[in-house]
Amino acid sequence: MSDSYRSPMAPPRSFLWTRRIFLTLLTGFVLVPVYVMVSSSLKPLQDVSGKFRWLPSGLTIRPYIDIWSTVPLARYFVNSLIVAGAATAGSVVIAVFASYAVSRYSFRGKRVFTVTVLSTQMFPGILFLLPLFLLYVNIGNATGIALFGSRGGLILTYLTFTLPFSIWMLIGYFDSVPRDLDEAALVDGCGPLGALFRVVVPAAIPGIVAVAVYAFMTAWGEVLFASVMTNDTTRTLAVGLQGYSTLNDVYWNQIMAASLVVSVPVVAGFLLLQRYLVAGLTAGAVK
Amino acid sequence: MTTTVDAGRPTAQKSSRAAGPRRGRPGRSGRAGRAWLPYLLLLPALILELLVHLVPMVIGAVMSLKEITQFYIRNWTAAPWSGFDNYRVSVDVDAPVGEALLHSFFVTVGFTLLSVALCWLIGTAAAICLQDSFRGRGLLRTLFLVPYALPVYAAVITWVFMFQHDNGLVNHVLHDQLHLTDKPSFWLIGDNSFWALLTVSVWRGWPFAFLIVMAGLQNIPRELYEAAALDGAGMWQQIRRITLPSLRPVNQVLVLVLFLWTFNDFNTPYVMFGKAAPRAADLISVHIYQASFVSWDFGTGSAMSVLLLLFLLVVTGVYLAVTSRGRRTADV
Repeated sequence: MSDSYRSPMAPPRSFLWTRRIFLTLLTGFVLVPVYVMVSSSLKPLQDVSGKFRWLPSGLTIRPYIDIWSTVPLARYFVNSLIVAGAATAGSVVIAVFASYAVSRYSFRGKRVFTVTVLSTQMFPGILFLLPLFLLYVNIGNATGIALFGSRGGLILTYLTFTLPFSIWMLIGYFDSVPRDLDEAALVDGCGPLGALFRVVVPAAIPGIVAVAVYAFMTAWGEVLFASVMTNDTTRTLAVGLQGYSTLNDVYWNQIMAASLVVSVPVVAGFLLLQRYLVAGLTAGAVK
Repeated sequence: MTTTVDAGRPTAQKSSRAAGPRRGRPGRSGRAGRAWLPYLLLLPALILELLVHLVPMVIGAVMSLKEITQFYIRNWTAAPWSGFDNYRVSVDVDAPVGEALLHSFFVTVGFTLLSVALCWLIGTAAAICLQDSFRGRGLLRTLFLVPYALPVYAAVITWVFMFQHDNGLVNHVLHDQLHLTDKPSFWLIGDNSFWALLTVSVWRGWPFAFLIVMAGLQNIPRELYEAAALDGAGMWQQIRRITLPSLRPVNQVLVLVLFLWTFNDFNTPYVMFGKAAPRAADLISVHIYQASFVSWDFGTGSAMSVLLLLFLLVVTGVYLAVTSRGRRTADV
């Protein structure tokens, strides 16, 4: 550390080398599975059934054609889109209302509400699975509303599971929007809801996008409830992908191709919106 | 953050103009007499929380006191009461059920501690490495978020492929290329499965720590570093004396969230091992799932869930008490 008198912009050599080595190793760790996924999805079946090889013996797009017929992937895809999309939309709207109330109003029971909502975050999903399973079955028996096995039940479940984190993050974000802005809107004759939708929401777009990304990713990737609460017609991708491993053959190239296809929407969306996510976390969750 | 506030300003002016003509609408002025409004705004969230979180929790507690087998699924309220029998079975470590639960509990604790420590370490180190700008920084940041962005099953199934005995990458590298092992190892059964699970968990989990720490670093004022540099503090000292202490409040929440998520994780072990996890990697959520849905014994499964919840409540309470007190004395 002989060069500690240099400007703070120029780190010492020891730091630069540590950083270089560490980041190289980390990049390798991150990228190897991604490489395996991409390269294996383009390999012929004999390449993925025999010994692993870094380079394919030949490239083929066959797996990308076969995945749609081996299992009803398109149906799972549509199911996942509907479920994740609806859960995200619902979660964002409801979280916006709730966070606005907590951020802008003082009322009795506010603290109880925030603490209760946040504490549900720590409960294991398995704790809700059995009762919710029975609750949905019983509601179905009593009222004829099919929650169990339907997309509606899954949407409701995911929506609620992403609510606590969304509310928590949006409260922080709304708090960072100056109150003067919505007070001015109120003076100008907007109702409280007008102030919310015309002023607070536009100013809090990064936080809302961050919450939406989080909710969509959670719903898109959830396995536990999807495996219990869906049937053949409502099955989502998370469960449906298991259909590629039959008893006799495991079509690893197709599994990798399908994994890639179902990942592209979320990964692309996430990476495009990551700027918002960091901004949203900085203002909201991390304060 | 200035950009967002600025972005809000023109909209505010625009909207106030747009709202002009509606000024006369009845019941739209003043805040007095609107005590019900916050409750109305909270209502949808409240109803859902009640329906999907709180009511099932109460049902779960009731179920844990009953003897529920597949005969009572359709009409579980009619199942006979069994008092604390389910709990007795769950904690009786001399009998197979209790012994298996205790084992699963210890595996989960060990797994969680290791995973959280590694995730935090890698995430923090990576965030600090990317704090200053250099060429390729943006690319690396995007790249590092990929494991977190991938859907769980897609990521985990790729790892399962890599861990295959005959055609997997891991054995190919360790055995065929580096000759580190005498013969190819089994990674998804036996004792190795613990390390395989840990690898996957860390691979998926560290970018979250990275993301949060990165956000936390942006709130450290630049002047602190400049002042430290003027005082002759080197890079390493700056990291130790400024960066890490400033991250304490962020870390308090981050470590807790990582702990709870890892402890409760179902997706990773379930996609990796299916319904029956190997004993060395028998995480508690899959264990309870198996106890309930595979053996159709919902009463005992509920009792186990309630015990798990109590444990997590105690841990969280103690953790928050200890870390908050430490923080207060450190501030003095």
